[in-house]
Amino acid sequence: MQHTVSVLVENHFGVLARVAGLFSARGFNIDSLAVGETQDPEVSRMTVIANGDDRVVEQIMKQLNKLVDVICVEDLTAKDMIARELVLIKIGVNATNRNDIMHVVNTFRAKIVDVSQESLTIEVTGSEGKIDAMLELLRPFDLKEVVRTGQIAMARRGELKAPSKCGGKTGVCKVAKKTKKKK
Amino acid sequence: MKLTGAQILIKCLEKEGVEHIFGLPGGVILPTYDVLFDSKIKLILTKHEQGATHMADGYARATGRPGVCLVTSGPAATNTVTGLATAYMDSVPLVCITGQVTTNAIGSDAFQEVDIVGITRPITKHNFLIKDVRDIARIVREAFYIATTGKPGPVLIDFPVDISRTQTNFVWPKDVFIRSYQPTVECPGVEEQLQKAAELIRGSKRPVLYVGGGAIISGAEKEIRAFVEKTGIPITTTILGLGIFPETHESSLRMLGMHGTHFANYSVQNSDVLIGVGARFDDRVTGNVAKFAPHAKIIHIDIDPASISKTVRVHVPVVSDVKHAIEKLSGLIPDKRSDMKEWLIQIAAWKKKHPMKYENEGQKIHPAYVIEKIGELTKHQAIVVTGVGQHQMWTAQWYQFNRPRTMLTSGGLGTMGYGFPAAIGAQLGRPKDTVVCIEGDGSFQMTMTELATAAYNKVPIKTFILDNGYYGMVRQWQELFYKRRYSGSVIGPTNPDFVKLVEAYGILAIKVRQKKELVPAIKKALAHKGPVVVQCLVSREANVYPMVPAGNALDQIMDMA
Repeated sequence: MQHTVSVLVENHFGVLARVAGLFSARGFNIDSLAVGETQDPEVSRMTVIANGDDRVVEQIMKQLNKLVDVICVEDLTAKDMIARELVLIKIGVNATNRNDIMHVVNTFRAKIVDVSQESLTIEVTGSEGKIDAMLELLRPFDLKEVVRTGQIAMARRGELKAPSKCGGKTGVCKVAKKTKKKK
Repeated sequence: MKLTGAQILIKCLEKEGVEHIFGLPGGVILPTYDVLFDSKIKLILTKHEQGATHMADGYARATGRPGVCLVTSGPAATNTVTGLATAYMDSVPLVCITGQVTTNAIGSDAFQEVDIVGITRPITKHNFLIKDVRDIARIVREAFYIATTGKPGPVLIDFPVDISRTQTNFVWPKDVFIRSYQPTVECPGVEEQLQKAAELIRGSKRPVLYVGGGAIISGAEKEIRAFVEKTGIPITTTILGLGIFPETHESSLRMLGMHGTHFANYSVQNSDVLIGVGARFDDRVTGNVAKFAPHAKIIHIDIDPASISKTVRVHVPVVSDVKHAIEKLSGLIPDKRSDMKEWLIQIAAWKKKHPMKYENEGQKIHPAYVIEKIGELTKHQAIVVTGVGQHQMWTAQWYQFNRPRTMLTSGGLGTMGYGFPAAIGAQLGRPKDTVVCIEGDGSFQMTMTELATAAYNKVPIKTFILDNGYYGMVRQWQELFYKRRYSGSVIGPTNPDFVKLVEAYGILAIKVRQKKELVPAIKKALAHKGPVVVQCLVSREANVYPMVPAGNALDQIMDMA
């Protein structure tokens, strides 16, 4: 089953390599990984989409939590969450199919961000299902390039903060008692 | 007053209470070695960086204090990899400082440059690259803190040479706080989990306690002993747990697993409640995981949540330091119960039917006999350090350990060559104890270059080489599973004259050819003031039994005919 795991990490040198290395070293597969700064510039948030049964995902979360630079890990899968992905699609066009493509773009409320004689570049955001459906409809055309950011996600209610660090449960988090000292 | 980065680093190590540093110098670590020259910290100069890491490891396991290595960049750094991985697998606190090329040369394939932070990421608990001289004190404090707290482990600090020369004010951080690392947090649910565990134990008729190295790290020998004596629950240990409980005690089942006793393995397989304590259900312990302890509800007490339900599904997880958990659990369980009587009678019957045994006939010296005699003559009180292979298993089976931190061995990684340098480290950390090193002729040759270190520093370790002319454990597997085709395992013809070799370093060497020479040789070795190596020519094709072949259930045991 596909899981969406959010990881808050210290914005330190090499932390992405630590997280990615953990997945490969333990034989866990990553479907997508998106990283970016949070409201606190010292903290980055990673959204990892990984496949595995509950036991595998539980082990992934525990191992992530063991990394010294990881502040907090949460499995959003079972929660009411908002998940989005942004995709750029460059597609070859000609006079005959331009309208067909525009029709697909409008139906999915995507945007045309670049136009030339031979191509259109489309920007679309949405859930994975929407993106996949749109790409399916565009596949018969001349798809030149597809770039996906990977999913990012957050829970509708509550913030990803750290409750207790306790094994064997989802939402395994490390307690943050003080804020980090300023450099 | 401003200090250089190198001065700050050494000052930090002094503040951390470091007494010995193991290592050898080279290009980019020279500024640091220059400062070390005037420090009260004693440098133990090794002949190879792998030796330095194993020495630091032996020092840490014997004393409970972190071991420290200081080496240069590039090949020196890569030479520490085996030692770091060994320490990581067995949760040994090390701080390893490697030199690095100047910060502006990093990534340019400079002379003796290697990405040691990248290389050691999966085999250290954490690692650092110092990029600013003002970070040194904080990083060193954090490194020691991380290495020694929670589930301990090795930490590497990569130290670029330009930073070691840069000056700044030295400020020793008052305390350590890492918001993303809170190892001592008591889980709120622990009491509840312990209640559940106690309930299971109270309702059980066939309980077994299975204790690993975590109990020793936690310093829980008193608590474990009190628990066993109060409840009468039989106890078995892993190889790293040896010494946590006296093996001569009636409640001891001794070691379990691939080369464990029949009675330990039968007890685990027939238990209805298995209490795993500071152990991680390694495959050498469980045998075939699918067939492991099929009737048991499993309780697992460990400080590391990731160790719980990793290989074996656990019914009651307890994330806690072992010492505290066992003490609390003890209070929740009644004294010896009459309904366990049948179970104890059954175990006594197994003990009687399948005692530990070996063939002690004729003039051939069985390796187990050597270990048994060393045990007797050291009154089972020595710190014993081993290499890896048959001799390691015979040591685990026959020495009879009585106190914690006396069996130092590479259990997880199985690093041949661990023994000799680790024994040097152990002896330096515990100068008043007798340190005995048991090695095989194969294992010993992997790190015997440290004979020079033992000789120069007059480290009085007593080394016994069980010389059978084979990579013995390999040969045993080939005999049993590869039709006696001894591919690559015959090393007798390649071995040196160990006596001459050892004597060349100025170390006393004794050769034991016959059984009657053994006891006098052990006595002579133990009485000798300096280091000594005893080469024992043992029966060449003895096998380690009992044995649970890989893939078998724990109670499908092979034994000697």
